[in-house]
Amino acid sequence: MAETALTNAGESLERIEGWRGIAADWSSDQRAFKNVSWGKAMMWIFLLSDTFIFSCFLLSYMTARMSTTVPWPNPSEVFALTIGGQHIPLILIAIMTFVLISSSGTMAMAVNFGYRRDRAKTAVLMLVTAALGATFVGMQAFEWTKLIMEGVRPWENPWGAAQFGSSFFMITGFHGTHVTFGVIFLIAIARKVWRGDFDVERRGFFTSRKGHYEIVEIMGLYWHFVDLVWVFIFAFFYLW
Amino acid sequence: MADAAVHLEGQRPSLRIHAHDARAAGVTHAEGQQHPIKLYLVVWGWLFVLSTCSYLVDYFGFHGYLRWSLILLFMVLKAGLIVAVFMHMAWERLALTYAILLPPVLVLVFVTIMVFESDYTHLIRVISFAALT
Repeated sequence: MAETALTNAGESLERIEGWRGIAADWSSDQRAFKNVSWGKAMMWIFLLSDTFIFSCFLLSYMTARMSTTVPWPNPSEVFALTIGGQHIPLILIAIMTFVLISSSGTMAMAVNFGYRRDRAKTAVLMLVTAALGATFVGMQAFEWTKLIMEGVRPWENPWGAAQFGSSFFMITGFHGTHVTFGVIFLIAIARKVWRGDFDVERRGFFTSRKGHYEIVEIMGLYWHFVDLVWVFIFAFFYLW
Repeated sequence: MADAAVHLEGQRPSLRIHAHDARAAGVTHAEGQQHPIKLYLVVWGWLFVLSTCSYLVDYFGFHGYLRWSLILLFMVLKAGLIVAVFMHMAWERLALTYAILLPPVLVLVFVTIMVFESDYTHLIRVISFAALT
């Protein structure tokens, strides 16, 4: 239990409402984030920096699309699939969206069961999350293959503005990389949960610090962020 | 790295005492974020509904401002649900919430700048390369 002390360092947790409370926290001694562990705070700060990276990608895409004099390819048509003789617009992307949202749901429940110290359910839900994430990456690989076969390159494509390809590969590629790393980390942490590392407070081989179920929540923050970025990519790149 | 670890190890006993005091004083903070499973399932359901809605915007082929405003509306609602509930931002202290959520708002300034910039680029392209396109 001493470890929750790091989360909750014995300081007064009473909170003052509104801006005065924020000023009080930020001007206080030693730490600004009173009841947040360093691990969680650092994950949030990392996600903030990642937000700026993806913002820059989406902004450069916006700039390219607004400033080109050539018509932009219609994503609804580009990403359409013919399933069973039926031509359905954007269907692959819709399925990918549902897969990723489902993985976010299982992740949120994994966090919940982690704090209830339900080892088996947490590990299984994390593995389901990883499986859904891997499915997403697989579908993205399919999508990339399809587009490359149809002649989309970062410098040209058969349908219109040349910047379509570069924006597409850059944005979805970077997002897919995030998902892939997420899957790897999910499996690593699911293994630790399954082994009971956080019940016996076994020390990590790399950091030699005791592990906690909070790491599941921190992992969850990253995973939800990946889903969050997809919400924006889906809206701006595929639907706009 | 090693130094930092040693340093933290050294601090731990005092932290433990503090934590004990806090518990004794009745400031017990349950382990991390505890919310009923039902909440997550409801939010999950809403995310599905909202995603379906944004897909239908494309499926029915809405155009112009209606399309854009619907896309933005569903996007903001989904993002809000994910950040507030799944990422537990709704239950964090304001000091963290504001530190994380306010800076991205400044991206909107960048957006504005780039809108002007791309309009200008577009104009120059139309004027200078009209013969080529």
